Order: sequence, then structure tokens, then C-alpha cells
Amino acid sequence: MDMQIALLLGQDGITNGAIYALLALALVLVFAVTRVIFIPQGEFVTLGALTLANLQAGKTPGTIWLLLGAGAAIAVIDCTISLRTGTIRRIPRILLWSVAYPCGTALLLFLVNPAELPMLAQVVLSLMLIMPLGPMIYRLAFQPVAEASVLVLLIVSVAVHLTLVGLGLLFFGAEGSRTLAFSDATFKFGSILMSGQTVLVLASSALLIAALFWFFERTLYGKALRATAINRTGARLMGISTVMAGRLSFLLAAMIGALSGILIAPIATIYYDTGFLIGLKGFVGAIVGGLASYPVAAAGALLVGLLEAYSSFWASAFKEVLVFTLIIPVLMWRSLTTHHVEQDE
Amino acid sequence: MSPKPMPTATDGILKVRDLSVSYGKVEALHHVNIDVTVGQIVTVIGPNGAGKTTMLASIIGLLPHQTGEIMFFGETPVKIEVERMVALGMSLVPENRELFGEMSVEDNLLLGAFMRHRLGYRDERETMTHIYRIFPRLKERQKQKAATLSGGERQMLAVGRALMAKPRLLLLDEPSLGLAPLIVREIFHIIADLKKSGVSMLLVEQNACAALQVADYAYVLETGEVAMEGSAAELADDPRVIESYLGLGGDVCL
Ligand SMILES: Nc1ncnc2c1ncn2[C@@H]1O[C@H](COP(=O)(O)OP(=O)(O)OP(=O)(O)O)[C@@H](O)[C@H]1O
Ligand SMILES: [Mg+2]
Repeated sequence: MDMQIALLLGQDGITNGAIYALLALALVLVFAVTRVIFIPQGEFVTLGALTLANLQAGKTPGTIWLLLGAGAAIAVIDCTISLRTGTIRRIPRILLWSVAYPCGTALLLFLVNPAELPMLAQVVLSLMLIMPLGPMIYRLAFQPVAEASVLVLLIVSVAVHLTLVGLGLLFFGAEGSRTLAFSDATFKFGSILMSGQTVLVLASSALLIAALFWFFERTLYGKALRATAINRTGARLMGISTVMAGRLSFLLAAMIGALSGILIAPIATIYYDTGFLIGLKGFVGAIVGGLASYPVAAAGALLVGLLEAYSSFWASAFKEVLVFTLIIPVLMWRSLTTHHVEQDE
Repeated sequence: MSPKPMPTATDGILKVRDLSVSYGKVEALHHVNIDVTVGQIVTVIGPNGAGKTTMLASIIGLLPHQTGEIMFFGETPVKIEVERMVALGMSLVPENRELFGEMSVEDNLLLGAFMRHRLGYRDERETMTHIYRIFPRLKERQKQKAATLSGGERQMLAVGRALMAKPRLLLLDEPSLGLAPLIVREIFHIIADLKKSGVSMLLVEQNACAALQVADYAYVLETGEVAMEGSAAELADDPRVIESYLGLGGDVCL
């Protein structure tokens, strides 16, 4: 392997690693706030990529049906609860988010021809379709069992994952798609040639990570999420509701997942089930950080990206195997170095 | 967003009626009735395991299984939820403080004003200056992580954080727990000052002597039931209270 190839592979690894890092951060966030190991994280990557691809092809993305359906289910459940507990004043707000918003978005899709929109508008439209699904999934699947054990939450998580993969196949079919390149520029750093796409992925990831950092360190709602992760009871006593924190963290996770999908869609063909594998690699990164440390999780995810890139050169048939085997020494190291604390659940 | 107006105070700020709480089969509270009127300090004293902490937790809505009625500012929520009670102006300083250990003192205080911020008030910085005036020690340590504070400082932070919500009813669970006598006196001074500024309080204490001095009205809780009640001065003179809670003579009071 000469220098040139090594650099090229490194570039590849870091590009993928950046995406895995974003997903790892989302996984750590969701776990810290809600104790949910969010297996469907990768499905948001799929949704992001394929929704954008559909919009560019001038097709109506199936995502809108998911949005309408989930919204309708929530409207029925929450309105029933409101009527029963006599909190009727909540109903307009419920209907706004679960019925009016999805219908408005559907109307927008119907009125404009998304294929003719500028790329940025297509991206925004994709995010508008996908991001609300995060809190909606939280409401439907996790909120009713929010106080259950981590294992129960994991089982629900797997069920949601399977459902979303199935819906992905239904909405997008079995063939894969790629989106148009965001940029066909190339950059030359010394002897390294970088595609504009790679630069865009790296820059966007860095920007997103910085934005998340700012959110958690500087804003009251970011601090409220951290507070919930640190001490649930304490947070509730401040009026930070566990439900609000859960929905907010799922909203962020959905945004991160969809953006990741949008970023890699021009450089990789995405199938209805590709997201799962990408999400799992983010998960390996998150495990390196013990599902608790954001910087270690991000570094772990970058490592996964690099390992994957180089192993695709040395032993391409085994590249997935090598990446997922990484989890074994990591788990051994973690279980040897950390004290096992019995969780009181 | 303009601040939502708080409901105006009636005489009875808190009415607890027939409150019973059980942990599984064990009943920890049995038909408890408690009243707090505006501007009063009401204290609840009683031995270990009497159910004092349980009572405060269930008033603010931390415990799911309870029967009875809790009326706060004339509202009787169907389902008592912590967030709702906090929004109505109730704050609890819990027995084990529940601080955000990995966050700075300043962030802990700021989060105390979370509900006020949500309701549209934007005065958290002013309130914080006020809290720092009450607890200068917290200002010195504003960048320090809460987990590294001393026991007394943690207590101050817990009280300061609850005050950041500008509560109209403050529930205090043993604010003097584990503190040196000098600091205990300081804490009770602060409680008396808070009363002057119009905060009503429900104070749970082991230090019965100090609690009865500062309070207007008192309840004695024993094995989950109200055993005695009366004005604080009355109870401080009651031979049964002197014998069980104030010690003989009743003259040694911190
Ligand atoms: N989560 C729980 N599960 C089972 N029993 C509990 C639980 N919490 C409290 N108890 C029991 O309920 C009773 C009342 O406890 P509580 O903490 O309210 O007492 P307390 O009056 O605050 O005591 P102390 O003065 O020691 O703080 C005790 O017998 C205690 O063992
Ligand atoms: Mg107690």
C-alpha cells in the first residue's frame, strides 16, 4: 500500500467516520435522557436519503404517509386521554402537531413540484417530513413504557426498528437510490485530492457537532436535557418533564439521522435497509464511549470508519466482520476497567 | 410571549385531605390532613420513618399511588403531576437534595428557574443575583461542580435552586440535616427571612426545637398519622412534645 492509497483510504474512513460519529452522538443522547438503546437510529438515515431521492425524482415520498398515520394515531390517543381527564384545553395543541402539521406538509408536497425546487429547499422539505417522526415515535412506542427497564425499552426499540424497515421497503421498494451531488468541485490539499462532497460531509458534521455542543452547554433547554440525564427526579422537581425531555431528544436524534442520510446519499447507494448497518457502526462507536461519553463516542466512531476503510483494502470480504469484532475487545476492556454498578430498577 | 398570570392567593394555600400512601402493602401515611395558610410556616415534626418525606413527595406528585385530595391554590388536579405543581408555584427541597452533580453551581441554579422561563418570565439573572446575596458562598463557587461541594454548600445550593423558581409554597425536607450548629442557625435565619418576604413554607424537621421557634403552626406525625397539632408555641409547651422531641428542660435549642 503506497502513501497515495493510504491517504485515499484515510479520507474515505474519516468521511464515513464523521457520519458514524454523528449517529453515535445521537445514540448517547437518547440513551442518557431516556435509557432507550435507539436501534432505529439508522432508519432515519435511510429515511433521510430516500426521501430526498424521491423528492429529486419528482415522486411523493412514502414518508408523508408515515407522518400522517403516526399523527392520526397520536391525535386519537391524546384526544381520548384529554377528554377522559378533563384537560380539554390541551386538545388544540395536540391537533396542531398531530393533524394540522402533517396535513399542511402533505398539501405543500401536493402543491409544489419538489423536483424543480433548489437542492436546499429539497433538503429542508425532507427534514420537515422526517424530524417530527422522532417525537411521534417516542410518543407512540416509548412514552407508555418510559419507566420500564432498559431491557423492555430495548425490545420495544427492536420492534420499532423492524416496523420501520418494513415500512421502508413498502415506501421505497427494494431498489437502491442515490441523490444528486451537492457539489462537483474538487479541492487539492498538497498532494491529496478531495471531492467537494467529502469536504461537505466533514464540514457539515463538524458544524453539527459544534451546534450540538453549543445547544447543550449554552441553552436552557440543552441544560435541561443534560439535567434529566444526570438526575431525573431532580429535573422533574425543576418542572422539566420527562416526556418533554424524551421528545426533545428524539427530535434531535431524528434530525441527526436524517441529516446523516442526506449527507451520504450522493456518495453511497442507499437501500431500504442500509441505514441499519450504518446505525450499528455508530453504535459500536457509542459503545466505545460506554454510551455515556460524547467525545469518546465520536472518537470511537471515527476509529470505526478508519478501520472499515483500511480493512476494505486488506480484506474487503471481511470488512463488516472486522468492524463488528471491534466491539469484543472494547467490551472486555470496558468491563475490566469500570466498576459494575448494580442499577436499581 | 407575555407571562401567564399566577392565580391569586386565597387564605388556604395548601389543603391536604385524607391523604393515604402505601408502598406495596405497607401503608406509610394514613388519612393525613394538613393545612398551610398564606405567609405561614407550618412545620411537621416526628420520629424517623414517620412518613414525613413520603408526605412531601406525595404532595408535590412524585409518588404515583395515593388516595385523598390535595388542593393547591384552589386547584385540585385530577392527577397530581410534579410539573403541574411546579408550574403552580410549589417547590420542594428534597431530603437527598437531588442536585445535578456534574453541572456547575450556576447551571444548577439556572435550571431552578426552568419552569418560570417556560411560563414566559425572563428574570432568572436577577433572581440569581438575589440568591447569591442570600448565599454568598454559592457565588464564590459558581463555577464549581455541584458534586464537589461540601455538605453544607450542597444544602445551600438545594435551597437556592428551589428559590430560583420564586415559589409561593416551599416544601423543605430537613434543611438542617447534617449541618454544623452555626450553619443550622444560618439556615433558620434564612427561613425566617423568607417568611418575611412572603413565601409560605411547609417545613419538615428533626430539629424540633428550632422548627417550633420559627414556625406558626405545627403537626406531629407518628407512624403515618397526625398525632398532635396546634400552634407552634402551644406544641413547644406540650409536655408530650417536650419529652419526645425537645429533650428534658427544653432549654438547649440551637
Ligand atoms: N420506596 C419505598 N418503598 C418501601 N417503603 C418505603 C419507601 N420509602 C419509604 N418507605 C417506608 O415508609 C416509611 C416512611 O418513610 P419516610 O421516608 O417518609 O420517613 P421520614 O418520616 O421521612 O423519616 P426520616 O425522619 O428518617 O427521614 C418508612 O417506614 C420507610 O421505610
Ligand atoms: Mg425523611
